[in-house]
Amino acid sequence: MKEGIRGIFLHGFMSFAAVCVTVACLLIVGSFSILTYNVNIMVEDLNKTNEILVYIDTALSDAEAKSVGTQINRIENVQNAVFVSREEALEKFVADHQGDDAFSGVEASDLRHRFVVTLADNELMEQTVATLEGISGVANINAAFELAEGFTTLQKMLQIASLAVITILLVVSLLIISNTVKLSMYDRRDEIAIMKMVGATNGFIRLPFVVEGFTLGMLGAAMAFFLEWLLYNGLIARLEVVDSLKLFSFVPFTELLWPMIATFVATGLFVGVVGSWTSIRKFMDV
Amino acid sequence: MIEFTDVTKAYSVGNQALRGVSLQIEDGEFAFLVGPSGSGKSTVIKLITGELRPTSGSVHVNGYSLERIRKREIPYLRRTVGVVFQDFRLIETKTVYENVAFAMRVIGAQEKEIRERVPYVLELVGLETKSRRHPNELSGGEQQRLAIARALVNNPSTIIADEPTGNLDPARSLEIMSLLQEINNLGTTILVVTHELDLVERFEKRVIVLNEGLIVSDGMDGCYSYENQ
Ligand SMILES: Nc1ncnc2c1ncn2[C@@H]1O[C@H](COP(=O)(O)OP(=O)(O)OP(=O)(O)O)[C@@H](O)[C@H]1O
Ligand SMILES: [Mg+2]
Repeated sequence: MKEGIRGIFLHGFMSFAAVCVTVACLLIVGSFSILTYNVNIMVEDLNKTNEILVYIDTALSDAEAKSVGTQINRIENVQNAVFVSREEALEKFVADHQGDDAFSGVEASDLRHRFVVTLADNELMEQTVATLEGISGVANINAAFELAEGFTTLQKMLQIASLAVITILLVVSLLIISNTVKLSMYDRRDEIAIMKMVGATNGFIRLPFVVEGFTLGMLGAAMAFFLEWLLYNGLIARLEVVDSLKLFSFVPFTELLWPMIATFVATGLFVGVVGSWTSIRKFMDV
Repeated sequence: MIEFTDVTKAYSVGNQALRGVSLQIEDGEFAFLVGPSGSGKSTVIKLITGELRPTSGSVHVNGYSLERIRKREIPYLRRTVGVVFQDFRLIETKTVYENVAFAMRVIGAQEKEIRERVPYVLELVGLETKSRRHPNELSGGEQQRLAIARALVNNPSTIIADEPTGNLDPARSLEIMSLLQEINNLGTTILVVTHELDLVERFEKRVIVLNEGLIVSDGMDGCYSYENQ
């Protein structure tokens, strides 16, 4: 135990490097997972509101506008279509933009009648929109599929990128910890030889080196965790200033606290113990 | 008890260090193992301590069968066999006392036992007044006595010494041999590997002569002038 901790100080530079790489690794791992998590939530939100707004030509009378609904409902992928008159739309608009002077002059006649259309299958959104456009009386369609697709692509890219980066960094971190421990073992090879000679068990001989690897891993995990916290909160504060449209919604860090702690501790543990173990195995078998 | 039956050991194909060795050393015996360089003496020792496994034949040491011992049993075998080397293998950063205590500590001995046993062993080898010194403040003979104390401290039933006097002058060598004989008188089996035939002659003990991987003589009758063979 004591010896394991001592090893860390003996190889100050290597230990420092090992901890730094672990911190960097975990920071990136953490950032990617937080980002992925947030994007996942955003994509989910978008999918939940998989509504299309179908605006009706203003030349049509109120009754005519309403009757377009039967045609819309006939389309296979349409789950349901709710008519919203321009008056109702105005009410909602006013409610949404209360206190916003820029919109105070808007009147019902500036808006159009519309149908709020919900789709059965969002994947087919593009086709359905095309069909909707073909209906006479339909002036315009507002579908968020570009945004939704953009997020889905981002989500996929993030997943692939984070997997690649995480794997590489985990390997690097494992190698460095493994090397630090190897250095420690090399330093104490005479003692190890004597221990073996007088009949110390392998478990006993290994223990201080596992402790060393474990401590390095956990040190890295703890530092990375707090840095991540600071960074994330800083980032949110920045984004809130820039992103006044609330296009992005971020989960507060505290909501991620426990999963993050679990991830960091598990990674630190894994890197530390596996890293030292590989060195120890090689060294002990000689 | 140490028992070799038709033991061969090949480091690689065509490089046979031992070519069919059979020998038996009873509990409480004192035996010398002699032979020219490269005859396989160190190989015999490594087979006894489980550092090597025999290529064929069987090796029994203090109740363990070395040809089929499990890896995790080897430490327990080694606790029954104390080893001493020509180059002492002491820890320079530890004191005399700590060097001996270390050997007990690493096999999980209690501090109380250590405090009782270490001074006893140091007195046995005549280092009781130098327990606070470091190895580099000791003479060669004293360093070897410290190595013997360490080999002895866990109370092994056997002590094996590979060229224990190789680095010492004749007077110191004689002292070390006498010390080993004294330890043998207390009941410990002793096997000493050596080149120094004049030293062997002074003690009228069993002498096993090894040459090119074979035992060419084994007995008390002093027929071990292998240099002429
Ligand atoms: N690790 C090894 N790999 C290959 N060959 C070895 C190895 N160790 C020893 N040998 C060979 O085995 C033979 C016996 O070696 P061993 O060390 O047992 O001799 P020895 O009697 O102890 O010699 P010395 O008196 O010089 O110490 C020698 O021919 C040696 O070259
Ligand atoms: Mg030798």
